[in-house]
Amino acid sequence: VSSLILQTASRAIAPLLLFFSMYLLVAGHDEPGGGFVGGLVATAALTLHAIAFGVGSARRALRLDPRTVAGLGLVLAVAAVWAGPAFGRAPMAGLWVDGPGRTALSLGTPVLFDAGVYLVVLGSALNALFGLAEEE
Amino acid sequence: MALPAAILLLAGVAALAPAAARALPRAGGVALALPVAAAGALLVAAGRGGGASIDVPWLPALGMSVAFRLDGLALLFALLVTGVGALVVVYAWSYLADDPRRGRALAALLAFAASMLGLVLADDLLILYVFWELTSVTSWLLIQLRHERAEARLASWQALLVTAAGGLALLAGFVLLGLAAGTSRVSWILADAASLAGDPLLPWAAGLVVLGILTKSAQVPFHAWLPRAMEAPTPVSAYLHAATMVKAGVYLALRLVPILGAVAPVRWTLVLAGGASLIVGAGRALLESDLKRILAYSTVSALGLLLLLAGVGTPAAVHAALAYTLAHALYKGALFLAAGAVDHGAGTRDTDRLSGLRRAQPFTAAAAGLAALSMAGVPASFGYVAKEAAYGSVLAAGRPLLLAAAVLGSALLVAGAVVAGWLPFRARPTAAAAHAHEVAPALFAPALALATVGLAAGVAPGVADALLFPASAAVAGAPPAEPLALFHGGTGAALSAATLALGAIAVAARPRLRSALRSEAGPSRDAFRGALRLLEVTAKRHTAVLQTGSLRGYLAVTFGVAAALLAAGFVRGGVAPAWTLGAPRAPELVVGALAMAAAVAAVRSRSRLAAIAALGGVGYAIGLLFLLFGAPDLAMTQIAVETVTVMVFLVAFRHLPRFTRLSSAASRTRDAVLAGAVGILMAALVLSAAGTRSFAPISTWHVERSVPDAHGRNVVNTILVDFRGLDTLGEATVLAIAGFGIVALLKLRPRRDA
Repeated sequence: VSSLILQTASRAIAPLLLFFSMYLLVAGHDEPGGGFVGGLVATAALTLHAIAFGVGSARRALRLDPRTVAGLGLVLAVAAVWAGPAFGRAPMAGLWVDGPGRTALSLGTPVLFDAGVYLVVLGSALNALFGLAEEE
Repeated sequence: MALPAAILLLAGVAALAPAAARALPRAGGVALALPVAAAGALLVAAGRGGGASIDVPWLPALGMSVAFRLDGLALLFALLVTGVGALVVVYAWSYLADDPRRGRALAALLAFAASMLGLVLADDLLILYVFWELTSVTSWLLIQLRHERAEARLASWQALLVTAAGGLALLAGFVLLGLAAGTSRVSWILADAASLAGDPLLPWAAGLVVLGILTKSAQVPFHAWLPRAMEAPTPVSAYLHAATMVKAGVYLALRLVPILGAVAPVRWTLVLAGGASLIVGAGRALLESDLKRILAYSTVSALGLLLLLAGVGTPAAVHAALAYTLAHALYKGALFLAAGAVDHGAGTRDTDRLSGLRRAQPFTAAAAGLAALSMAGVPASFGYVAKEAAYGSVLAAGRPLLLAAAVLGSALLVAGAVVAGWLPFRARPTAAAAHAHEVAPALFAPALALATVGLAAGVAPGVADALLFPASAAVAGAPPAEPLALFHGGTGAALSAATLALGAIAVAARPRLRSALRSEAGPSRDAFRGALRLLEVTAKRHTAVLQTGSLRGYLAVTFGVAAALLAAGFVRGGVAPAWTLGAPRAPELVVGALAMAAAVAAVRSRSRLAAIAALGGVGYAIGLLFLLFGAPDLAMTQIAVETVTVMVFLVAFRHLPRFTRLSSAASRTRDAVLAGAVGILMAALVLSAAGTRSFAPISTWHVERSVPDAHGRNVVNTILVDFRGLDTLGEATVLAIAGFGIVALLKLRPRRDA
């Protein structure tokens, strides 16, 4: 299904959706959002691209195999879990670079964990979606 | 530190075995055997100062430690594991010289040795259990080494299933024992065993533990797996029988004598199963002609005697059992290794075809002959000393019936010793023996060494007692009154003479017995196959009934059960739906009406695209409702999920068949009733739940702690990534697995079509 209207719209909307998904991920700790919904929005962006331009194009745009993305996400999440013990804290303990105070952009292991969730959601959903779309 | 070091040493050598097989094709056997012997020496050194123990807290909340302890009993069994182990490694290296799987076999053998060593050194019930199961798993690997043979696969499965089933019983028994004693530390439980005597949990605990012991030690009626496990290469069989695996059951029975002995039915179970195995095993051994099967059944018999003695449980009986354990390890190891040498030298193990081997294989013949003397209990052998001690202890315990059983079983074993250790080597050569040749030193020296030690220990039993006294004291709390001796007085000598005479009669009667009983050989063999087949058929039928493949059927069952349970809950009373929400506002009414209209449209639609869009509409409306109730996170997630779901439908659209109505009006009515019932009951449940609050809501705590503890103002997000982050990790893992599963299903389908 190649439609000029869909392709043009997708060209404008998909990048916006991707940016929005990243905003959701980063802002999610304080404002509505988070890794799960961010991953879903990113999935929507790439699926839109896949519907407009074909799965091959979407795969190239993603660069990494969805399976690798999901695996990377798990690695990030597990790394965040074990970051605590590496610094003499309990597993899963949140470590923040900016101490107990607050800055506009906080960096800490929970954010890393959320990024892992984002990638797992994106990778797993695209894994299934691309598989469905490619099946002949 | 020496205790875990010894176990880790064996495990490390196991990991190196495949590399050694490639790098050192000639000297690898000795290179691998030296660390095994070193582990034994390490433990002897550690045991010098009266024992050793180590205790590393592991799960303090459960009172669990990685605890190992070396006492006399552990040292005896550890020396069997490492001593026989080192000889078996040398032997196996040569035995499997032409086998491409030599490295793997040695790795499994050494891993098995490490597990067995861990088992006898463990001082915590659960650690012991883990090693117990590890021996089951590694022995499974060893038995199915020649897995291209169907018999080997079946044999390994039978061994694994039987011993693992017993292992589960053992685990349950250990848990109960730990509950009753308030600790899982073996040495603490035993030190305080007397206080457990009246505990209501103790009979169950002891009974379950005995079930584990009987399966592991291949006792009647669980013995069938052991003869079948003869599919394993001979050095493996030698090790399994002489020093490990089946000896694990004996070890545990002796270790727990104060616990098992406190429950009369359990004590009698041990005595009866042991006595039955003693006689049935030795009898079956007489009917066999294959050297290894003869030896396997005689192991069932010897272990029966050991468990019978453990059941008697007096200090003298325990001491006799320990002596017999040592004697059995020496003679059975030697006989198995000699059987392998015969197999290699003459090309067969069939005693009906073997005779006159002593000229062709003099060293093998000497080893087998010496070991057979000990097995038969001929005076001056260590087997004789141990058997005398056993008779004496049973007699002293006032059990004449058990004494009769012991004499009968031992007499049958005498006959087995003649068949295994004499018949193949007697003077008259057969055709099979004509081409036989002596094997390499590595294949007869280990057998000769074991047999010689067995004889030397008989001449000087005091030497053996240096090892056995501490073991005996570790079980009974004090060393036995009487040391081992060659001469036990007139009664003992008379009993031994009677045993040998009965054995001679059994040898004479063997040909007639065999022709009379041959037809009914091996009924248990098919019992196991039958049980496996029954399991498969049951699984197939059960799957056919439950897994119909109809999505509609699954949903009907799920929702039907949910509706029935909810209805039952409301009928039984206690809670009732109540409106506590206040009057609905206009936007909520509008959105609710939209959701309902979309749902009706989805059901009534005659186009798939419209139905999908309508379903999405239901989801969006619910998302809006979330937003109206102040849950932006939930609303956003709901809307994102709906969007992606619609996209999935769009992508999958072209794979779906044309939209048609296949269901009848009746089935649609049934579905509508079910759906309506579930909807109404769920609404009632939500209303009841909203009106019932037994505890203060946890949400206020989350709202308070969100910023100070989790460093974020979005409470939902802090719960997901911090407070309940482990749950999220689990869900993320499931999600990733599900993604792979979907792809696997998609990729599988075309292949099945083609």
